[in-house]
Amino acid sequence: MSPPPPTAAGLPATPPAPAPHLLSDPPSDPGRDPGSEPHAVRLTGLGKSFARPGSAETPVLEGIDLTVPAGGFTCLIGASGCGKSTLLHLIAGLAEPSTGTVEVAGGHAALMFQEAALFPWLSAGRNIELALRLRGLRGRAERRAEAERLLTLVRLDGAHSRPVHELSGGMRQRVALARALAQQSSVLLMDEPFAALDAITRDVLHEELVRLWEQTGCAVVFVTHNVREAVRLGREVVLLSSRPGRIAGRWTVPVPQPRRIEDAEVAGLAAKITERLREEISRHGRA
Amino acid sequence: MAAPDTVLVEAGLDALEARPRAQRGLPVRLREHGLPPLLGLALVLAVWQAVWAAGIEPDWVLPSPVEVGESLVGAANHGQVWPSVGQSVLRGVLGFAVSVAAGTVLGLLVGRLRPLRLAVGPVLAGLQNLPSVAWVPPAVMFFGVTPAALYSVVLLGAIPSIALGLVSGLDQVPPLFLLVGRNLGARRLASVRHVLLPAALAGYVAGLKQGWAFAWRSLMAAEIIAVSPALGPGLGRLLKQAQDAGDMRLAFCAIALILVVGIVVNMLVFTPLERRVLRARGLATPTR
Repeated sequence: MSPPPPTAAGLPATPPAPAPHLLSDPPSDPGRDPGSEPHAVRLTGLGKSFARPGSAETPVLEGIDLTVPAGGFTCLIGASGCGKSTLLHLIAGLAEPSTGTVEVAGGHAALMFQEAALFPWLSAGRNIELALRLRGLRGRAERRAEAERLLTLVRLDGAHSRPVHELSGGMRQRVALARALAQQSSVLLMDEPFAALDAITRDVLHEELVRLWEQTGCAVVFVTHNVREAVRLGREVVLLSSRPGRIAGRWTVPVPQPRRIEDAEVAGLAAKITERLREEISRHGRA
Repeated sequence: MAAPDTVLVEAGLDALEARPRAQRGLPVRLREHGLPPLLGLALVLAVWQAVWAAGIEPDWVLPSPVEVGESLVGAANHGQVWPSVGQSVLRGVLGFAVSVAAGTVLGLLVGRLRPLRLAVGPVLAGLQNLPSVAWVPPAVMFFGVTPAALYSVVLLGAIPSIALGLVSGLDQVPPLFLLVGRNLGARRLASVRHVLLPAALAGYVAGLKQGWAFAWRSLMAAEIIAVSPALGPGLGRLLKQAQDAGDMRLAFCAIALILVVGIVVNMLVFTPLERRVLRARGLATPTR
C-alpha cells in the first residue's frame, strides 16, 4: 500500500494566524521547508469553537499549525480538555473547522477509536468487508480475499467468521486496525486506541502498530494521554495546551525503532515532556 | 519485524482471552428448552384436576381437563376446530403483515424526523396504552360487521407497538457507530442500510414480538364482539358460541386453542428470531 500523492483537499481558508507562542523544544525539523516536503496532513491556523447556549463561543482549538510528513508518525499528547479528539475529528472531516484549513493527502483519513467500535452484528471478517465495500471494492470474492489478507496482516488468520464479542479487547483493536487499513487511506488517525487495554496487550500492540506502520508506509497521527506511549511510538511528539488547545511544544524522538517502552532514552525524554505537561496543567490551577 | 517472543506472547494472549463458543448437542438443548415448559404445563393441568376433584364448583362451571379434552375432540369431529383455527390464524397473519409494513415505515419516520416525533410520538404512546377492544364498536359502526372491521382493529392494535419498538431501537444506536459509518464512507442510504437498521434490529424485533401479541389479542376481541355468519368461522366466534350455548367445556377449548396459537407462533417465529439477533450481537448467553 503506497500513499497516494498528496492533494489539497482543503477547506475554506482564513489567513494562517502567526503562532508566536509556539515553543519548539527542540525545533522539530531544522532547516526543512515544510512547504516543499510531501505531507500527509497539513493544518494551517486551525481553530474550532463550540457554541454553548447562553454564553459566548468557547474555543476548543486555536491557531494549530501542524504538518505530518508522508509516512510520519506524530503523537499528540495533552491533558483533558485540550481538544485532542476534536482535532482528529477535524482531520477526519467529521467536524468542520471554525477557522483555518485542513489538508489531507488523498482527501481521506481512516479513524480508530478507544473502543474498537466494531459492528457487533457482523463477524470480524465481515466488519472488514463492509469497509472494503463502502470503499467501493466490488466483487464478494475479492472482498473476502482482501479481508483474509488484512486479518493475516494483524496476525488474526482464521478469525474471519468469529463473532466480535468472542474476541478479547486486544484482538478487537487489531480487527479495528485491519478495518482502518482496509480504507487504504494514506493517513491513519488513532484516538487513544490502546487506553483500555492491559499493559502486556498494549506492549504487543505497540510492536504490531510500528510493524504495520513501517510495512504500509501510511502516516499515523496518534492521540494519547500516556507520555511514555507517545515517546515509545512517535517520530514526533506534540504537546497541546488546554482550553483552548494550542501547540505548546514539540519534540522529535531521536531513538530509532525498534524501541521498548522501558528503554532509558524513552523514559528520559518522557520525563522531560511530562515535566512540561505538568507545567501546562498547573497553569490552570493558578488561574 | 516484531521479535518472535512478541508473536508468541500475542498468540498466548489471544488463546487465553478469547471467549470460546459453547457447542451443545441437540439432545441437551431439547432437554433444557423442551422439558421445563412441558413440566409447567403438567403442573397447571394437575392443579386444575385437583381443584375439579375437590368438587368446589359443579361440573358445568368447572369442567375437568379430561372433559375439556373430550369436548375438543367432539368439536373437531363436528368440523368446528380446524376451520376456526385456520381462519383466525390467516386473519392474524395477514393483519400482522400489513402492520409490519406500516409500522416499520412509521417507526423509521418518527425515529429519524424530529418534528414528526414531537407531533406523533405521544399519540403513538397513547395508542399503545389504549385497549384495542375499544376500537371494535367504532370499527363496526364504520365498516359494518365485515372483515375490514376486524382488520382495522388488528392494525390499530399492532402498528403502534411495531413503530415504537423500532423508534426505541433507533434511539439506542450508539452515536459512535454512526461516526464509524461516516468515516468508513457510508452516506445517507448506505448509512441507514449498513449501520442504522442493523444496529436497531434488537429493539425492532422486540417491537415485532409485542406487535404480534397485540395483533392476536385485538383480533380475538374483535371476533368475540363482531359476530356474523357472513364473517365465517373464527376462534373468537367459537368462544362466543360457547357462551351463548352455556357450554363451559367448549369455552375452555376455545381459550386453550387461542393460547396454543399464541405460544406456537412465539416458539416458531419470535423466540428463534430474537435469540438469533441477540446472540449475533453477543447479548444473550449461549444457553438462552
